[in-house]
Amino acid sequence: MNEFFSNVDPGEIWLATVDTLLMLGGSLLFTVLFGLPLGVLLFLTGPRQMFERRGLYRLLSVLVNALRSLPFIILLIVMIPLTVLLTGTSLGVAGAIPPLVAGATPFFARLVETALREVDRGIIEASQAMGATTRQIVVDALLPEARPGIIAAITITAITLVSYTAMAGVVGAGGLGDLAIRFGYQRFQTDVMIVTVALLLVLVQILQSIGDRLVVHFSRR
Amino acid sequence: MSAVRAGKLGAFFFRPQPESSSRARDVIELRQAGKTYRVDGRDIPALQPTDLRVAGGEIFGLIGHSGAGKSTLLRLINRLEEPSAGRIVVDGEDVTALDAAGLRAFRRRVGMIFQHFNLLSSKTVADNIAMPLQLAGSLGRRQIAERVDGLLARVGLEAHAGKYPAQLSGGQKQRVGIARALATEPKILLCDEATSALDPQTTAQVLQLLDGINRELGLTIVLITHEMDVIRRVCDRVAVMDAGRIVELGPVGDVFLHPQHPTTRRFVLEAEQIDEHEQRADFAHVAGRIVRLTFRGEATYAPLLGSVARDTGVDFSILAGRIDHIKDTPYGQLTLALIGGDIDAAQRRLAEAEVHLEVLRA
Ligand SMILES: Nc1ncnc2c1ncn2[C@@H]1O[C@H](COP(=O)(O)OP(=O)(O)OP(=O)(O)O)[C@@H](O)[C@H]1O
Ligand SMILES: [Mg+2]
Repeated sequence: MNEFFSNVDPGEIWLATVDTLLMLGGSLLFTVLFGLPLGVLLFLTGPRQMFERRGLYRLLSVLVNALRSLPFIILLIVMIPLTVLLTGTSLGVAGAIPPLVAGATPFFARLVETALREVDRGIIEASQAMGATTRQIVVDALLPEARPGIIAAITITAITLVSYTAMAGVVGAGGLGDLAIRFGYQRFQTDVMIVTVALLLVLVQILQSIGDRLVVHFSRR
Repeated sequence: MSAVRAGKLGAFFFRPQPESSSRARDVIELRQAGKTYRVDGRDIPALQPTDLRVAGGEIFGLIGHSGAGKSTLLRLINRLEEPSAGRIVVDGEDVTALDAAGLRAFRRRVGMIFQHFNLLSSKTVADNIAMPLQLAGSLGRRQIAERVDGLLARVGLEAHAGKYPAQLSGGQKQRVGIARALATEPKILLCDEATSALDPQTTAQVLQLLDGINRELGLTIVLITHEMDVIRRVCDRVAVMDAGRIVELGPVGDVFLHPQHPTTRRFVLEAEQIDEHEQRADFAHVAGRIVRLTFRGEATYAPLLGSVARDTGVDFSILAGRIDHIKDTPYGQLTLALIGGDIDAAQRRLAEAEVHLEVLRA
């Protein structure tokens, strides 16, 4: 048994795990920070909504769709100059975060838009009848009502980001994915592959169950 | 002009209104207000240009079939819908002229409740009720809490303050809706089918609550319904709508007991669960003159029929009848077959006693 895991270096695995968590945390933070307002804007300017703006909505839609249709691996490479400009490096955790955010934000924004659309129109109507401003309708009515949907969207995005971080390993981002590719795949160290994949699996499971629990907690239905 | 607007029959069905001096001031006034929706380049006229006055402190009912334009009219009042023609004056203020900020301030003076309650599922009962006050931002935390306590007591939900809407029954949810609508102490309450999603018993409770609010707070209420029975129980006046027009308007007693427009007749018959064809078929087997008597107020309980029958030698059999209330006023409606004796004299005696008599078959 010990023989089989001879290539596994716990210190290396630990460092890679920390890198993955840092990439995930950092990119998720910025994805939510940019994606939530973008999602709200998509929702508000959408067809038959409070702030309907056909031109703006179409422009945002095209942008979001373009970023989403780009394979993440291509985005990683295309973004290198911008990444260097933003973080000073295209390597490591810092170098991985900009492409991760660019890849996940449009995805997350669409999920937020959908979650907001799920909110009963009657809620908007009631808020308007109370004399709420558009800002108040969004902040005090729509976002609280859409909270379970938005938490589910964050969960899905986080899990997507885990697989993106693994891909980011290809361009030298570090982390568990990087370990799996460099040792497990390129050097045929199957044991390293198994351990890293197992850790990624555990991470995804944890994220999903936290998300599910929060959704249940905030669904007052 | 008005005859043209209301259609050929319209002028006839609009009953004379008491002089404005004898009535409370008009709180809501529609002046040729109309709404045309534009969908895919096509115009859908939802409400023809309409004149309407609702007096302060009255409960005004709007009844009509689906798509008649009731919601459109109601939503013009707080400008949830922009009128495509005309003016809306509320409490002396031209609502159509308000800018965005003015409109928001105005809407705080008009409460609204909905068929599907439209409560926030993410907020507790107390927080739902507090919401209009929090949005307005003019009261402090403690004042809001005090006001919410008062409202909870008014609608009888003190024990449910911390619950979420999903934990309440339909009737309780509508009570929360009412409390929320009253939070900013409005003068007007708009109700769009507030009881349509409720069972008869719960409907009665909610109507009672609205009636109490109207009496105690002097709130003007405009309510939409599909059921004549709702109108009969709480409304002072009613407008019957059909295809984007008001086709009949007047005090509930008049409209309910003597409906003129076919739409109104259908609603009344529905409320009384009468099948006109069936009834006519039944009457075919009955001899004599068939009349319908309508008693209102005191006359309802007066021992009139017996004495008229004795004095005129007319025999009568009761074919159909109902004794009930229109709001607080008792009324009775009897369909009789009159046989023998001096029927004309009997009819005159009844007319003298202020009983409305309608000959169904001579
Ligand atoms: N937002 C809208 N866009 C287009 N047409 C509309 C819109 N709202 C209402 N209409 C149309 O206007 C007409 C009147 O609608 P309204 O909702 O006022 O009827 P209603 O009397 O309230 O009916 P119901 O009893 O079904 O609620 C209908 O023909 C309806 O299809
Ligand atoms: Mg309606």
